[in-house]
Amino acid sequence: MSTPLDTPTTAESPRTSPGPDRDLAQLGLAGALVVVGAYTFYDATTLRVGFGDPVGPRVFPYVIGAITVVLGLLLVLATLRGDTPQAEGGEDVDLRHPADWVTVLKLVGVLLFTVLTITFLGWAVSGALLFVGCAWSLGSRTLVRDVIVGVVLSVASWYFFHEGLGVILPAGILDGVL
Amino acid sequence: MENLSLLMDGFGSVLTPENLMYCAIGVLLGTFVGVLPGIGPAMAVALLLPVTYGLDPVAAFIMFAGIYYGGMYGGSTTAILLNTPGESASVMTALEGNLMARAGKAAQALATAAIGSFIAGTIGTLLVVFFAPALASVAVEIGAPSYFALMVLAIVSVTSVLGGSPLRGFIALFIGLTIGLVGLDLNTGQPRLSFDQPLLADRIDVVVVAVGIFALGEALWVAAHLRRNPAHVIPVGRPWMSRVDLKRSWGPWLRGTAFGFPFGAVPAGGAEIPTFLSYITEKRIASRKGQDEFGRGAIEGVAGPEAANNASAAGTFVPLLALGLPVTATSAVMLAAFQGYGIEPGPSLMTDQPELVWALLASLLIGNVLLLVLNLPLAPVWAKLLRIPRPQLYAGILFFAALGSYATNLQAFDLFLLLVLGLLGLMMRRFALPVLPLILGVILGPLMELKLREAMAISGGDVAGLWSEPLAVVIYAVVALAVVAPLVLRRVRPAPAAAAAELDHPADDEEKVR
Repeated sequence: MSTPLDTPTTAESPRTSPGPDRDLAQLGLAGALVVVGAYTFYDATTLRVGFGDPVGPRVFPYVIGAITVVLGLLLVLATLRGDTPQAEGGEDVDLRHPADWVTVLKLVGVLLFTVLTITFLGWAVSGALLFVGCAWSLGSRTLVRDVIVGVVLSVASWYFFHEGLGVILPAGILDGVL
Repeated sequence: MENLSLLMDGFGSVLTPENLMYCAIGVLLGTFVGVLPGIGPAMAVALLLPVTYGLDPVAAFIMFAGIYYGGMYGGSTTAILLNTPGESASVMTALEGNLMARAGKAAQALATAAIGSFIAGTIGTLLVVFFAPALASVAVEIGAPSYFALMVLAIVSVTSVLGGSPLRGFIALFIGLTIGLVGLDLNTGQPRLSFDQPLLADRIDVVVVAVGIFALGEALWVAAHLRRNPAHVIPVGRPWMSRVDLKRSWGPWLRGTAFGFPFGAVPAGGAEIPTFLSYITEKRIASRKGQDEFGRGAIEGVAGPEAANNASAAGTFVPLLALGLPVTATSAVMLAAFQGYGIEPGPSLMTDQPELVWALLASLLIGNVLLLVLNLPLAPVWAKLLRIPRPQLYAGILFFAALGSYATNLQAFDLFLLLVLGLLGLMMRRFALPVLPLILGVILGPLMELKLREAMAISGGDVAGLWSEPLAVVIYAVVALAVVAPLVLRRVRPAPAAAAAELDHPADDEEKVR
């Protein structure tokens, strides 16, 4: 599970000059791959091998870990030789400006808040706050409208899952009210 | 002909008012989500998975069929009206489709895309009805070594054929395989890569992976690069076609179908190549006839690739149903849905779950009809969705992504995983790592390990057991070819990315994608 835990730091390292030369942030990715691969390999060594199973639980992580390390090293090589990634475009994506990591951090903050409070607040409240927080982070300044939309979305989805699908999302502090 | 009677049984179980309603809801939801900018069919299916949780498997798969085709159709709407393909398979549709829209022929472009999708989807699904059971009946005979080889073929071909850089493909694949390792070992029950977290030992839910990488990753990536000026949407009337349009479209529809289906059906994956082939074929035919409108909005250039796209999507059901092998992101998510119902993917799927498979095939055909009936009149409504303000749109995507991941297990920890995977998805877009190999790695990795250990147990630990079957040897030869072929192909034809770059030339600066 170390993959995603290690990688975000490289993702958030600001890109200074997207020039045609080298994309040195790629070295961060390569480093993360080496770390993840090495850890996968190490983790496999801690496993006990059973009887009567010629492959055992270690072989797959050994192979995957080792190749991940090699891929990381190959990426270092490719980066130093001037290989740059062509970042993905899209419908609402404008790659001419430098990345706006502040907005991303705000969104991550809102999501973390949801993770920490959802059990206590329940989906109806947490979901509404999530919507409002995300819309605000992304630049919306129509707070009242966002709150209304958020509340309608979260309460409606709570009832939809509860009544329609039989999935009981926790009501949290609204227990007994919904 | 036995297949047809089985298909009729399938229709029998699908054609109840209740199931038809699920299919219609699926089509509408799928189109709704598919039209939203930034959401392709794979993300649409992943986001809508939880909606089917409370349903019984047959109803759930009927709804899926609708979501699937709805999502596919929705993508072409954005491609035509916004000049922004939501996924690589719509690049060719956007090329001529947007030019048509600019020339005031948006209605015809949408109509030829919708009818072409319908025809290709119907022919494709009927071909699946004939091919998949035949393949499956052969496939149940194949042993663990060959099945392992097949999975190697699927991931290697998908990883090296797609995208510009095989290195990045393999990096994505191995990140996926690493995620697939997390959890209890299949035989000895020891936790791997779980950091002593019981919730991780339980394996990471594929739905959370798919939603995190697709939906959250995309939303975060867009947040980092949000276009501050609103996109330019071309107004559209009710889709219709004149007799001339129809006459010019039917050839490309059929040829596109012929290109698309085989590419979907052999585990080589991807609709990029057949849509590209269809596009250049239509262009060549048109210039031979001396009526080359290509570059100014030729209807053939929308009809052909859009049919190829849908036929290849239908074709992917052959390996999915007959072998349990997903070769596109969307079919990978569908497979995750199968697994969610405790259905084991693999060659025995069609014999183990016949009602389900035939109901699914029947509902694909019904979903296709409903798509056409519901969506042709609704096109102007869908076009309005393109005007949703971006902050609210992406806030909504984040909301539903969180809802979907949370509803799976009702664990706050899943939301945390979703966030971590979303950051991984963001990083992958930043470094141009393709998403599909990762998803395939997560799903196929554990299956491959299972088959490898089976094969080795049979041979008593002798590695030679892996190529003890002639079929396995043949497949490994194909794998070698799959690694070499892209290198050769790249010299012969321009990469799809280069063709996509053409897309920018007619556009004025305001609307440039890159």
